[in-house]
Amino acid sequence: MALSVDIKLALGGFSLEVTHAFELSGITALFGASGAGKSLLLRVISGLETGANGRVSYGSEAWQSAGRSVPAAKRGAGYVFQDSRLFQHLDVAGNLQFAAKRSGADSFEAVVKTLDLQPLLGRRVAALSGGEKQRVAIGRTLLSKPRLLLMDEPLAALDHTRKTRLLPYIARLPEAFGLPVIYVTHSVEEVTRLADRMVVLADGRVLATGGVADTLARLDISEASGKFEAGSVVRAVVTGQNERFLLTELEVAGQSLSMPASAVEMGAELRLRIRARDVALALARPEGVSIRNVLRGEILEIVQEAETAFSEILLDIGGEQRVRSRITRASVETLGIELGQTVFALVKSVSFDRRALPKR
Amino acid sequence: MSWPDLAPLWLSVQLAGVTTALLLIIGTPLAWWLATTRARIRPFIEAITALPLVLPPTVLGFYFLILFSPNSTLGGLWRDAIGATLTFSFTGLVLASALYSLPFMVQPLQSAFEAVGRGPMEAAATLRAGKLDAFINVAMPMARRGFLTGTVLSFAHTIGEFGVVLMVGGNIPGQTRVISIAIYEQVEVLDYAQAHALSAVLLTFSFTVLLLVYTLNRRAPVRVG
Repeated sequence: MALSVDIKLALGGFSLEVTHAFELSGITALFGASGAGKSLLLRVISGLETGANGRVSYGSEAWQSAGRSVPAAKRGAGYVFQDSRLFQHLDVAGNLQFAAKRSGADSFEAVVKTLDLQPLLGRRVAALSGGEKQRVAIGRTLLSKPRLLLMDEPLAALDHTRKTRLLPYIARLPEAFGLPVIYVTHSVEEVTRLADRMVVLADGRVLATGGVADTLARLDISEASGKFEAGSVVRAVVTGQNERFLLTELEVAGQSLSMPASAVEMGAELRLRIRARDVALALARPEGVSIRNVLRGEILEIVQEAETAFSEILLDIGGEQRVRSRITRASVETLGIELGQTVFALVKSVSFDRRALPKR
Repeated sequence: MSWPDLAPLWLSVQLAGVTTALLLIIGTPLAWWLATTRARIRPFIEAITALPLVLPPTVLGFYFLILFSPNSTLGGLWRDAIGATLTFSFTGLVLASALYSLPFMVQPLQSAFEAVGRGPMEAAATLRAGKLDAFINVAMPMARRGFLTGTVLSFAHTIGEFGVVLMVGGNIPGQTRVISIAIYEQVEVLDYAQAHALSAVLLTFSFTVLLLVYTLNRRAPVRVG
């Protein structure tokens, strides 16, 4: 089943034009820079923004069609806002019951347990920390028995520690509650940690869609992700632990890599993020350098960045895996890099994202 | 000195009570509409609502007198339906007072509703709460400071009303002779002792009510924001 969206909306000089069928399973990241229209699209889907023309349908059920719009309260689309929007006049339990009462949900205990809300129940909303607020907001939304969960940058207002603590809760939602999630974010890290697939939005248009690794590896989304976040995601399998040097040995596309020791099981599949700026290129397998991780690959694309000294190079490292590198245009010319050429990507060990643990 | 006749005070309290209740019923939806609408006529309605703040009570009273008169359409219809005139009646006083005190109810409510904003209402909608449900269970409790202020101000303002009553209600004991009119009359007939007594009662009463409200408000601060 899918959530089909085919809408146009003009709002004060900004225009949103999206045609896409969102798969109703797992987590779909709606990704893009701020101002790309991500939140606005979420508002159209939820029924909070009614000014759009076009159609929104949940499976065979029309949520919005020509001249008709089902009110937000009747759609069954739960919404977790960036600013939590808890009701200040109620305590935590009151906020949760507000939702449960109206949906007839009998999962109060389960939700409280899943999100560890028990110690918070009697607290006033104003006395909660940012992370606690978002946990309560997620719980409240779950208790409204939604058929689709829309999350609008729920972690954006939190510091890194709180973010890291909350991520596993969110990752569990689709399985624990059988709930499809559309997750708005501009953070590559959140996408790699959480999402099964992604939709990239730029200037109110869909720029790219597909699996997370493929989509992130594509060069044409660098504008949406921001230069410094530009990178790629590769799948790796744990092949061993080197206890002498405290390294975890990995295999990526038949080539070997190592990263600082991490408590992962043999044979576990990991997703690793490699930032483009952490990848240097060499024409031959280098010797006498400290970098240990070297991947052989073939050049797929060379794109010059407008008005900067840099070029972005996309490498095929085999096994349908790709690595992106960002090096100076001067280097491209000096090395004489060309499409189809075999080169060696030098990846700094430290650039592996240790937080990118396997999904599920 | 004889004990003052307290009937006018009791009548004033009744008038203020009924007027405030009526204003809560009319003022709440009006204030909500003003706080949320994007309609172009909003400034016109806001200006009309605020008119009683600037017009002399005599002007308002004069128009009410004409409107309520049995010779006018409204006054005539009323007399035919009810069998009594609106002028010089308690009902007429309530209607006139309601308009006269309207801004004192609507303005605090409107700013309280504006402070609630769209956020909580949108959250309520995504939690399956219909519009009326969300209004009663989210917007109203969040705006309770506005309700408290609006109620106290409307009540106090109606208690202190004089000009409109004089124009529309006249001076009928038990019907339209409210405390301000009674005091005015006592001064006219140079009965200063009675005027002193009633004034002191009104002063004490008003001060006590306000003190009570502000004290309660301080002790149990309304949880908003």
